[in-house]
Amino acid sequence: MAKFIMITYYLLTAFIATLFFWNFWQEKKKIDRQILYLLVLIPLLLRLLRIK
Amino acid sequence: MRTKIILLICLVFILIWPAIQLYQHRHFQIPIVAGPGVTRVTKLSHYLPALKGTMADTWIFWLEGQESGGKALILGNSHANEPEGMLAALVVIENGLVERGTLLVIPQFNHSASRATRPGDGYPLYFNIDTKWGKKKFRMGNREASPLDQWPDPDVYLHYPDKQLLSFLDARNVNRTWPGRPKGLLMEQVTYAAMELIRQEKVDLVIDIHGAETMFPVTNCIVAPEKSAKLATMVSLTVKATEKFDNHVEPSPPKFRGLSHREIGDYSDAMPFLLEAPIPFLDQPTGPKTEKFLLDGKDPFLLRLSRKNKLFVPYDETGWPIDKRVGQHLSVTLEILRQYSRRTPERSIIIHNVPRYAEVVEKGVGYYFQDPSQVRRDRIYLN
Repeated sequence: MAKFIMITYYLLTAFIATLFFWNFWQEKKKIDRQILYLLVLIPLLLRLLRIK
Repeated sequence: MRTKIILLICLVFILIWPAIQLYQHRHFQIPIVAGPGVTRVTKLSHYLPALKGTMADTWIFWLEGQESGGKALILGNSHANEPEGMLAALVVIENGLVERGTLLVIPQFNHSASRATRPGDGYPLYFNIDTKWGKKKFRMGNREASPLDQWPDPDVYLHYPDKQLLSFLDARNVNRTWPGRPKGLLMEQVTYAAMELIRQEKVDLVIDIHGAETMFPVTNCIVAPEKSAKLATMVSLTVKATEKFDNHVEPSPPKFRGLSHREIGDYSDAMPFLLEAPIPFLDQPTGPKTEKFLLDGKDPFLLRLSRKNKLFVPYDETGWPIDKRVGQHLSVTLEILRQYSRRTPERSIIIHNVPRYAEVVEKGVGYYFQDPSQVRRDRIYLN
């Protein structure tokens, strides 16, 4: 059960990371927003890459 | 588009720099030398095969005497940010010679925690101990297991089997998951495996070695439940009289669940003891959490608090060096074994060649570590 929940959370993390990346890519004008999307992406990527 | 690409390159750069350091830290191996007293080395997963192949599996070093007697288990690094427990355990592994009975030593009980860190507190990733042959490098771990090995955290941790509500973080704290269960969270599996070890091997004494803040009342002490209290009191009085350091006895609260000093006693025949030595590094109102501070325990802010009587231990310019902390733990451990052996001669555990407080303070803990490059390869265990 714990493993199933863990995998579900990894899938959720991947989904949210994809959303942030999509928003970053779609943002055309505001550079501050682009930077914010990338900053928020960092912990999600570190977890997906199993580094932290 | 150009801005986006530049930003992405910056992101990759920002990611790679810490990622390499964190990856190296998680995979850094400490060579443990099995000293002349070590007769065999097994893994904790022997008692719960589900742990095999996980980061939670860890080495158990067996020091068996010629004569049969009692059995004692020493746990280091239940909290991997309290390294005096691991260092004391390693001194026993590398030097101890058991004449009678058996000593089991697990130097990295929360192995997963030893491969995580707490960057929010600015912990150093490593620390070095001076030895006769150079510096021995160790990973600095965290209090809780790595979230890479047990994740996600619950909103509230429900202790098994007492259903007590504990902090969500304690789900990864191996000293809140005793007595554990075989199909529970990874840390519950670790404590369950240790309980199986204690029950199957008929362990008489369990000594769980920790460090605690100087501003926390349960520090510089032996925490003991009712069944261990008499022995702990004798040990406390003896080290005070003969070795001139304080180590008072704290009762194990019966209603605070999940701790080794409570659950091991309640769920097995063993007598548990939890040893605490002051580790100023863990206090909050301090200067930077540097490697030097971890090892010498000197901090100007704690010194000012000490002058205002805000600390629970004596504190002066000499701090609380690691040698003193390890020395205390070794003396108290040896005294527990000695007092128990005196009381129950048929289950006695007699060990030699482990230094006591005064020797460790004089020579330094590094003096007792062997040079791995001068030891046969089959006597080295990477942890």
